[in-house]
Amino acid sequence: MSAVLHSAPRVRTSAEALAELADSVAAHVLSTRFAHGEMVLEVRRESIADVLRVLRDRHEFQQLMEIAGVDFPSRRERFEVVYMLLSVTRNQRVLVKLRTDEVTPVPTVTTLWPNAGWLEREVFDLFGVVFAGNPDLRRILTDYGFEGHPFRKDFPLTGYIELRYSEDEKRVVYEPVRLTQDLRTFDFLSPWEGADYPLPGDEKATHPPVAEPKTTEQAGQTGAGRQADSKAAEPVAPAGFAPSSSTLGSGQPVPTETKVDEPSSPDPTEDRPSRPARAGSTAGTAPATKPDVSGAHGKEQGEGA
Amino acid sequence: MSGLQAEQSPTTGDGVINNYTINFGPQHPAAHGVLRLVMELDGEVIERVDPHVGLLHRGTEKLIETKTYLQALPYFDRLDYCSPMCMEHSWVLAIEKLLNIEVPLRAQYLRVLFAELTRIMNHMLNIGSHVMDVGAMTPNLWVFELREDTMNFYERASGARMHAAYFRPGGVHQDVPEKLLVDIGEWVETRLPQLFGDAMSLVMDNRIFKQRNVDIAKVSKDDALAWGFSGPMIRAAGIPWDLRKSQPYDVYDRMEFDVPVGTNSDCYDRFMVRVKEVYESARIIKQCLAEMPAGPVASEDRKVVPPRRGEMKQSMEALIHHFKLYTEGFHVPAGEVYVATESPKGEFGVYLVSDGSNKPYRCKIRPTAFSHLQAMDFMCRGHMLADATAILGAIDVVFGECDR
Repeated sequence: MSAVLHSAPRVRTSAEALAELADSVAAHVLSTRFAHGEMVLEVRRESIADVLRVLRDRHEFQQLMEIAGVDFPSRRERFEVVYMLLSVTRNQRVLVKLRTDEVTPVPTVTTLWPNAGWLEREVFDLFGVVFAGNPDLRRILTDYGFEGHPFRKDFPLTGYIELRYSEDEKRVVYEPVRLTQDLRTFDFLSPWEGADYPLPGDEKATHPPVAEPKTTEQAGQTGAGRQADSKAAEPVAPAGFAPSSSTLGSGQPVPTETKVDEPSSPDPTEDRPSRPARAGSTAGTAPATKPDVSGAHGKEQGEGA
Repeated sequence: MSGLQAEQSPTTGDGVINNYTINFGPQHPAAHGVLRLVMELDGEVIERVDPHVGLLHRGTEKLIETKTYLQALPYFDRLDYCSPMCMEHSWVLAIEKLLNIEVPLRAQYLRVLFAELTRIMNHMLNIGSHVMDVGAMTPNLWVFELREDTMNFYERASGARMHAAYFRPGGVHQDVPEKLLVDIGEWVETRLPQLFGDAMSLVMDNRIFKQRNVDIAKVSKDDALAWGFSGPMIRAAGIPWDLRKSQPYDVYDRMEFDVPVGTNSDCYDRFMVRVKEVYESARIIKQCLAEMPAGPVASEDRKVVPPRRGEMKQSMEALIHHFKLYTEGFHVPAGEVYVATESPKGEFGVYLVSDGSNKPYRCKIRPTAFSHLQAMDFMCRGHMLADATAILGAIDVVFGECDR
């Protein structure tokens, strides 16, 4: 172990002290680890209450400060439950942990510390670890009627349900989560440090160059799929178009039945309601859109200047 | 017995109500945020309390799993928003413990200085609101002026009045101006003791205040230990347990200060422990100001602490470090630590599990109020409804932290 450089709380922990603790509960211990100045004791799930009782009564760990759940989905027993004990007389801390899965219950320690009740409720609420013997295993942090266990790694960060106040219904309504923008999760890890996916743009290099360029000589060759082809093949002509010999060969398609409406004003909207056409003639506007051929206006201005 | 009363009731037709259940909160001014207490009352006597917490649950721990270590820092300001920098303290120490990185002495002094300023800030709010919960108005207004002063100091150090994000892994964000230290020293010498002393002289020996607090919610030493109490709550029970003394971090081992303890373990003692702690914090601040050395305010380890902005404009290497640290962030060695510091409310812990990447694998926050609030039921039993506000005020609960 290298020298301690950091200035974090100086707790009296040592590998010897950990070995001593482990010896006293040797029958239940699976492994011990002393790293980063933390004493970690992994024990059998069934005997957690026995181990903690020995630590409390024989080794003066009077306080249970916290119970934390950790999820490792790749493991067979995916959850770790970590009990953090504190001894105010020995000035020592120890982490006792066990493993469990979604269905196997963990014996409660509410018989040892009354404050274990809420701490176990929290792990149950957020991870779904069941504690056998806890008299009041309700949800605690999540909403009333919440479903699922949000701190599991396979639970999405955004959740499934969102709620808002509805002005129409005059109450809070629950709806499936709908994001107007993708959740921004960036992968900032260095691409040159073992990214196992192609970098954006790299996938283009694998496609061979096109041998035959696409052409659209006929309506059925748009290359955009069958739907677009059939759309392109539809005859389109103004509704009042009458065929005559003079129009033949002028580029107009042969008019048959057409489904396309004549262009007209857009549909009315809430902001722009439907309105009858303005009465009166619009004859007076024609000059305004034509160039001023007389040039009188410009001359006047020019003389004035 | 109740049946007997019903028969002898002079007004026939009136039913006799035995117990009834009321909701205290979640929108109650004395609930200190969004706490819902479902209370079962026998007349005015509390039979049972079922606190419903989690109304402010934001999933901070889950959010932190998707952020880099530096990006997760501002979430801590928003946990206990009445003592932001003390929340950051646990987080940066947990990271530093995993990294085993050395923090320059000046940065350690600055952190202790601001942690103690934060303690004063927090106690000003708690003392003021506790007093107001039991009926006094004036002291709250007076101590809020002091709280305002501490927030001004925050702003001058970090640019933000509350959510400072000032403590960083490896040190603090930037050095403070000389004038700020002078002003803090002057404030601690003159304004704080004067204004705070005036406000407390209205309260400490006040007959009504004592009637409302003395002998309310007495907790024995054994109960305080068993229920996981910490901070002023356990010290009021007569146990001289202070993490700053027993498990010193940063430069607390160089500081000379006393740990006030209570004798009667009631709400009044909890209040008085906090009052005394304000003076002890002032003592620590004075020592910090007197002893603070010159020097860098953050580690020179460029794989963790980004370079200064001026340096970045001159040096290619600094530019690369700056870019990498603010996009990818630094990597923390795999392992797990539990780091707890003495926040103004008690033991605030961070259990950090790292898988060696640039984001925490799991970050469990140990809130102080969670265990204290759980004991509400046991502390309130047999007390009057009006005592619940005094008990709640003496717990010093903030829901940003309790619900996370």
